[in-house]
Amino acid sequence: MPEKTAEPEKNLTGKTTAAVPVPAAAVEAGPAPDKARSLWSDAWYDLRRQPMFLVSSLLILLLVVMSFAPGLFTSASPRDADLAAHYLQPPNWSHFFAEDWLGYDGQGRSIYARIIYGARASIMVGLGVTILVTVFGTLMGMMAGYFGGWIDSLLSRLTDVFFGIPFLLGALVILTTFENRTVWVVILALAFLGWTSIARVARGSVITVKQSDYVVAAKALGASTSRIMFRHILPNALAPIIVVATIALGGYIAAEATLSFLGVGLAEPTVSWGVDVATGRSQLRNAPFTLIIPSVMVSITVLSFLMFGDAVRNALDPKLR
Amino acid sequence: MSIIDKTDAVLEPESVGFEGPLLDVRDLHVEFHTRDGVAKAVNGVNYSVDAGETLAVLGESGSGKSVTAQAIMGILDMPPGRIPRGEIMFRGQDMLKMSEEQRRRIRGRKIAMIFQDALSSLNPVLSVGYQLGEMYRVHEGLSKKAAKAKAIEMMDRVKIPAAAARVNDYPHQFSGGMRQRIMIAMALALEPDLIIADEPTTALDVTVQAQVMDLLAELQREYQMGLILITHDLGVVADVADKIAVMYAGRIVERAPVHELYKNPGHPYTKGLLESIPRLDQKGQELYAIKGLPPNLTRIPGGCAFNPRCPMAQDVCRTDVPPLHPMTAPDGTELVGRASACHFWKETVNG
Amino acid sequence: MGRYVVRRLLQMIPVFIGSTLLIFLMMYVLPGDPVRALMGDQAFDPAVVANIRKDLGLDLPLWQQYANYLGGLVQGDFGTEIVSQRPVADIIADAFPVTVRLTLFAFAFTVLVGVGLGIVAGLRPNTMQDRGLLALTLVLISMPSFVLGFLMQYLFAFQWQLIQPNVRDSENFGELLLPAIVLGSLSLAYVARLTRTSMAENLRADYMRTAVAKGLPKRRIVGVHLMRNSLIPVVTFLGTDIGNLMTGAIVTEGIFNVKGVGNAIFEALIRREGATVVGIASLIVLVYLATSLLVDLLYAVLDPRIRYA
Repeated sequence: MPEKTAEPEKNLTGKTTAAVPVPAAAVEAGPAPDKARSLWSDAWYDLRRQPMFLVSSLLILLLVVMSFAPGLFTSASPRDADLAAHYLQPPNWSHFFAEDWLGYDGQGRSIYARIIYGARASIMVGLGVTILVTVFGTLMGMMAGYFGGWIDSLLSRLTDVFFGIPFLLGALVILTTFENRTVWVVILALAFLGWTSIARVARGSVITVKQSDYVVAAKALGASTSRIMFRHILPNALAPIIVVATIALGGYIAAEATLSFLGVGLAEPTVSWGVDVATGRSQLRNAPFTLIIPSVMVSITVLSFLMFGDAVRNALDPKLR
Repeated sequence: MSIIDKTDAVLEPESVGFEGPLLDVRDLHVEFHTRDGVAKAVNGVNYSVDAGETLAVLGESGSGKSVTAQAIMGILDMPPGRIPRGEIMFRGQDMLKMSEEQRRRIRGRKIAMIFQDALSSLNPVLSVGYQLGEMYRVHEGLSKKAAKAKAIEMMDRVKIPAAAARVNDYPHQFSGGMRQRIMIAMALALEPDLIIADEPTTALDVTVQAQVMDLLAELQREYQMGLILITHDLGVVADVADKIAVMYAGRIVERAPVHELYKNPGHPYTKGLLESIPRLDQKGQELYAIKGLPPNLTRIPGGCAFNPRCPMAQDVCRTDVPPLHPMTAPDGTELVGRASACHFWKETVNG
Repeated sequence: MGRYVVRRLLQMIPVFIGSTLLIFLMMYVLPGDPVRALMGDQAFDPAVVANIRKDLGLDLPLWQQYANYLGGLVQGDFGTEIVSQRPVADIIADAFPVTVRLTLFAFAFTVLVGVGLGIVAGLRPNTMQDRGLLALTLVLISMPSFVLGFLMQYLFAFQWQLIQPNVRDSENFGELLLPAIVLGSLSLAYVARLTRTSMAENLRADYMRTAVAKGLPKRRIVGVHLMRNSLIPVVTFLGTDIGNLMTGAIVTEGIFNVKGVGNAIFEALIRREGATVVGIASLIVLVYLATSLLVDLLYAVLDPRIRYA
């Protein structure tokens, strides 16, 4: 399930130590550019030319604005229920951005308003989990990769233990024990289980970078451990971590929706697309829009972050060019 | 894993009885379409090789020497590569006009190639015996068992100790020198007419380099093969080559029989290359270096491509591309096999 | 090779103990009490509750509870449900085969279609069909399985009335087809992308150039030299994926009302039946570890560089 988002990227760092085969033709033909481009400026050059990047960043920007200022998009309230007037009223497709645009759910609430207000839960969970996981996972992976020896063995086994627990199952077990599941509880639960993939990637990446000559040189010059770790290794080990993190972000959003749908994630009165899908489930036969609209929103959001992550990966991983 | 396509053993009839150079490259152009524009890697190369002859192609990386070889071999990545002009005549037939299937039958069987980095050039997950035997299975239709016997025989020929015991080993289990021997065995398996060796010893230790080079030269003499030796190492060339072509920015800038080139270079670039070899008898003196960098292939300088780095450059060098002049001795007699693409080759030879 | 297997097996033990302990802790340290759940909302006598807890060993220190549990587990005793008094082993025996069937079905679908699509795209990187596949996989990955599940259910069962919305007979492969496709689609997308990337990467490898220079026919270059190398990371991924498919089944089983492990674990969670949850979770962890061991061995078979390392 969602934790797999990070899986295929393993080969991204797992094999970086192996010599990247470059066809001789490319070497001979590839003239040294007059101005050397760094990985990051090269990546930025690439990104600006990818339509996928432009489309996904616009969508993400829109979603972020939606989650912080839902009032800009609708004046309706997501919690106002008028059963008598609007019970399962179908969408009115021509009333763009109006309260009744996307119809009303089984409790007579405006689906459009609920879509707008539901963005906050998804975005907060996605960003929150990703930030926590990236910081913690990178620290763990860096320590394991940099110090090696028993620290590495210990941390790697710990990572294995967490990795051995299926993500969704672990989240189910943790979250069912909480009566009052706020966004923060969900974020912490997902981060608690999700840091392992980043830690593994960070460890591999750090090990690769650690062996490079400039790190050896810095050591020989007597740089302190923390200076080597944060000034020399981290910036150079960051690319694969960022790639895995951006792609995983979409996965966390999907995980929140899935858990809310299963009834163990967010719960009323928090407005969440996953909760709406669960409520709409009983109407699948007679009013499918109550379920399909929030489902589509979840998919679009996840897709935006996936496309964003893909674009970043294409730009940062020269092997895929 | 039994996808074996049999290639019949009959020679193409037209090539039988052909008199002329084994391989004749004429006015070859190769370009690559990259993000930074069109890189002109090869710009009108002419050279030929006869049976039993060794041609050394010399040049810095980016000079187009490997790209030319890949074009001959038919292993250029196309796209981004493109051959807009030129002919590659093998036994009198233009290979660029052949069908893909015809070319495939020539590859490995009539023309074989040895690559620089044997570790990455051998398939890591197949045993060396399998990879060697594949040549016999595909081109001669031998059975798996017979192919393995031939593979062991070939490993013996390239002097790999305990060949029979090591035939099932994998490339990473061999040392660098042994791996390169396996590459050589694979290239020589079907006794081709022409071998292209692309920097065959660059990745090896100095002590092993000589052994591998000697082996290659010995087998070449034995089989009477043509050999194109691509290298940037002038030391390797002197011992084995018959003639030399020096390349710069996709062009041949000088051509000469091997010893004459060393004695009396006819191009400022060759001269610079020779002078930048450290020599024991000049210990203590400052080492000569060609100033500047090889040109950007998307923006090759006008006129003679070497002019920004040339100590003798005049105005004409910035405007006119020098043709490859046949060279003559001061008394006017032709110097056989010598040519230089320098407006001032006379001054260079005499200076 | 034999030593390698033994070493890997030994390494598995602490991970298994650690993972089950972690689930055990999550189940018992966090609030929620099965005995209280047993009482429901009625008023209860604290002494009775204490007695029940004592009988069940729930008053022991946590580490002792875990040791007892693990001791039972080694003898094949998964414990007993508190409310229904049913042995957990029975519940597992009922539910597990159903989920295994569904998982294997989904797995087969993933492998065949995923690898197939990946090969088609990987052989011609950056063509229309490659980009098409990339777009398709992106859409599949971005649809959480409940979205895809409901969509399929809505279209096939309600709109076109081709199938029953719920699976009644879990031994009927026809009925399991749709749940299996829904369950496998996410993995399928990953497998297709991984296969494609791996092939595109290996296409540019030096040894591929050698294979061309040897004059091998195209089918052989692709079939022997390219595939063998490209499928190594795919096999690794597929192995770890079986465990993920089994947990993914929790959602799929919920949508299509399949009476499998997902269903059982969900009910147990609501009733706070710790023994059932930990039992099923341990089994899934075990499956996960066993498949990753299998993958490691397969990896060694496929890649000689690992074998002799």
